[in-house]
Amino acid sequence: MTGKPSPVRLHKDLETIWKTPPGIARLSSVNHTILGKRFMLLALIFFAIGGFLSMLIRAQLATPHSAFVGPEIYNQIFTMHGTVMMFLFAIPMLEGFAIYMLPKLLGARDLAFPRVTAYGFWCYFFGGSILVIAMLAGVAPDSGWFMYTPLSSRPYTAGINADVWLLGITFVEISAVTAAIEIFVSILKLRAPGMSLARMPLMAWYMLVTAGMMIVGFPPLILGSILLELERAFDLPFFDPTRGGDSLLWQHLFWLFGHPEVYIIFLPAAGVLSTIIPVFAQRQILGYRAIIAAIVAMGFLSFGLWVHHMFTVGIPHLALAFFSAASALVAIPTAIQIFAWIGTLASGRPRWDIPMLYVFGFFFVFVIGGLTGVMLAMVPFNTQAHDSYFVVAHLHYVLVGGFVFPMLAGLYHWLPHITGRQSVYRLSIPAFWLIFIGFNVTFFLMHLTGLMGMPRRISTYPSNWGWDWLNLLSSVGGFILTMGFSLVLVDMILQFRFGRRFRRDPWRAQTLEWAMPTPPTDYNFASLPRVDMRADAIEPAPLGPVLASGEGYLGFARNNQQETLAVDMMTGVIEHIVILPRRTYLPLWTALATGGFFVSLLLGHYWLAPFFALLVTGLILLWPASLGFREDQGPVPIGRGETAPFDAESTSNAAILANRTALVTNATLFSSLLFGGLFLIVVAPNWDSAPAPLVPVWLSILAVLAAVAGGASAFFARATNRAGGAVTGGLAGAVLAQGIATAAFLAIMAGMGNPTAHASIAIAFVTLGYCALHSAIGAVIAGHALWRKHQGYVSARRATDPELAFLWNGYAGITAVFGAAMALLLGGIL
Amino acid sequence: MLFGSILLFALVMVLFALAYIRTGWISRITPTQWIVGGGLVLPIPVLVLLTGTALVLGEQLLPHGRTPVTIEAHAARWNWTFSYPGGTTQAGDVLHMPAGQPVDILVTTEDVIHAFWVPRLGGKIDAIPGHTNTIRLEADRPGIYWGQCAEYCGIGHDIMRFRVEVHSAEDFAARFGGEAR
Repeated sequence: MTGKPSPVRLHKDLETIWKTPPGIARLSSVNHTILGKRFMLLALIFFAIGGFLSMLIRAQLATPHSAFVGPEIYNQIFTMHGTVMMFLFAIPMLEGFAIYMLPKLLGARDLAFPRVTAYGFWCYFFGGSILVIAMLAGVAPDSGWFMYTPLSSRPYTAGINADVWLLGITFVEISAVTAAIEIFVSILKLRAPGMSLARMPLMAWYMLVTAGMMIVGFPPLILGSILLELERAFDLPFFDPTRGGDSLLWQHLFWLFGHPEVYIIFLPAAGVLSTIIPVFAQRQILGYRAIIAAIVAMGFLSFGLWVHHMFTVGIPHLALAFFSAASALVAIPTAIQIFAWIGTLASGRPRWDIPMLYVFGFFFVFVIGGLTGVMLAMVPFNTQAHDSYFVVAHLHYVLVGGFVFPMLAGLYHWLPHITGRQSVYRLSIPAFWLIFIGFNVTFFLMHLTGLMGMPRRISTYPSNWGWDWLNLLSSVGGFILTMGFSLVLVDMILQFRFGRRFRRDPWRAQTLEWAMPTPPTDYNFASLPRVDMRADAIEPAPLGPVLASGEGYLGFARNNQQETLAVDMMTGVIEHIVILPRRTYLPLWTALATGGFFVSLLLGHYWLAPFFALLVTGLILLWPASLGFREDQGPVPIGRGETAPFDAESTSNAAILANRTALVTNATLFSSLLFGGLFLIVVAPNWDSAPAPLVPVWLSILAVLAAVAGGASAFFARATNRAGGAVTGGLAGAVLAQGIATAAFLAIMAGMGNPTAHASIAIAFVTLGYCALHSAIGAVIAGHALWRKHQGYVSARRATDPELAFLWNGYAGITAVFGAAMALLLGGIL
Repeated sequence: MLFGSILLFALVMVLFALAYIRTGWISRITPTQWIVGGGLVLPIPVLVLLTGTALVLGEQLLPHGRTPVTIEAHAARWNWTFSYPGGTTQAGDVLHMPAGQPVDILVTTEDVIHAFWVPRLGGKIDAIPGHTNTIRLEADRPGIYWGQCAEYCGIGHDIMRFRVEVHSAEDFAARFGGEAR
């Protein structure tokens, strides 16, 4: 490290460490650039599949009394169209975009957990494949993309169709949750030195809030899916009203996820707009702080709106009025952003280019969608328009206007970054107009069709109700739209093949992703920049060569390690060096084992599932094996005359933050379960003569005491380790105590009565099952920390493992208290 | 609501166009004016007015007090059965209603979730297993209307329609009981 190597030499040194070789070894890649592209490509394939399904829908509805497909097939088609577009296109697309872009925008070399990125990708790939294979086999889900019970329950969907949805989508959701945690932690920790929160580019703010929303938004859906699958597979009656369940519980859980989901999809796209518009307005974004406030407000508000999907289920009118007002309120942060964007254009020196064409499309389409959204937020109007084609029109205006148009703007803006080539342009303009006109012809007319009384999800309609010409025109528009998308595809291929090469920053953008070679190298930046100003005001053209010559931080190769920097969350002060794991097949194996778990459930081989679960656990325990040090290293040089310790020696490293975040997700899932139990007690029918689960008080107290003792013991281990003492006793105590707690919980579950008899027993059963599982997890993690200590990876300075043991054991203690309380409440003892 | 929407939509598109045409004054609007004007001053009064009106209208549509006529609508895959005050129960997808007076429909279901909707007469209400929901309808004059299931309920959802025959109040009372007003 004495004497600066030449930029070329530095590139070769770093490339040797970071490179993913071609061929079969590609499957072992954990690189965010490769995986981000893979996510986006797969999402595009699913977009094409979803689009093809929508063509079938429009072909079917073009004429009345259509005999193109029957309702059996049609129901699968529209269910799959919604499911594919929401879960297999929109969410993975934004994940892929964030995975590709964030480290580059933030001045880092990768995301915090590259192997988790890869694992998420494989879960998405395998889960999505399950759905596509089921569709080709003719057993696709057919209960609508929101899977209302009891239509999706065993008596009314006897086949495998609903299981495909529940298991396939939950499998895919793993990738959503892991990506959310990873994005959240990476934005907070892995930024360029000096980039405080208040200097982050707006895109990072948008993704931070989006990831935060995903962290608490997805658990209700995952819980709902687990409960419904338990009902379908083992007859636990959570949604069966004759046995104390309630179909409304599903609706609450689904929309508690489903509404934030809309904003989860919109916010990243809005982030794209907030990044692109200043580039083409040739001035900085106007109202940076107001926009941040608006995003955060949207994030919070979006969790208070879910009931507006349920205005017609018979909830008292005053309660509806509250949700109606909250729904209308969302218009305010949206308006703030819209006018900030227009203001930026108005006060800058705006120029036209293809991305701006799509920005125009966004304004046109999304504003209409927003206005119909405010209409739908009004209860009297909603009860008329609900479940009609008006809603179909509205949701397409919001989702296509609020996601697809901005993403197409982003595509034209950033495709040169991926290809290193500029667009050919000839096709871009007609492609835009075909999409724009086709979209509006298709969906604007649907407002009218809906107001004329056409309900959604019907496969045929009579010809004398005045819907014929509207539907025919919608179908024509749909095919124009498809032609537009095909042209965009051709345009992309042409750009890859014939685009003009450029040197650096073709749009004169002012963010860090352009301060690197394009197409990007595997390590992003040869050295990391110091950011002393707002990160959307830098000049990539002069900065790029400086970084490439290694004059920033970490501008060298050391010990074959993949290194990047972590900073203090708020201030951006350098905290430690992150050593990122190198490429490995472990994520692929783990995802395959996870797939085995889901497939064995799907095919009804329930006895196989526990083996796969154990396999997954074992594989995950292998992940940390390659990380950490066997002795303390102390601070080491990071370039520019500064030093920093390695992540293993930091008490605020990304692993700890990620586990804390994962526990927040987990706690949301558990709270949803407790909410579900209380909801059933209060609202569900047939609870007057409900059988109570048999919950022995002494056994419950034993379980709770043991779980809490496990948490306390792990706390003790963490404290003594920090003070330089021995951790073995405390960790072993935690293992023992959690083992006892697990056994006690299982004993209560075994003797509480038949959980299929009534929801009261089923809820207690599942709640205690959750507690048993978390005590067992606590024991495993404490045991793993013990093993890491034995291997020499733990010291007073290298304290991550005891810290994680404490977090999970403490969590097991807390859930034991609440879980036992819930069981005792249901047992009639509290 | 429609005209307000057209106006707001036009405003946004005109501002977007002006940003490019640039007549001078628009580039002199300060950031605060954009954010406060467009983000707060513009939407808040509109939203308050709208939500207030909707609340009052919604309250007026609710079933208040006692109605002379209560009809039970029972949904099953994929047909409707209606029961009348006089005790008659008729399967066969025809709902009889008196004109000129409010009628409460009590909606229940045999199996999955359905929704009761007569587009010409007003809003809809879901039929939820294990629950009974009420919707108040009023038809101004005798005639024939169409109703349909609005919540997707499986293969027969397409054809789960019913006919609404609205009679004069006297005719209805004579045939199905309940009191004429």
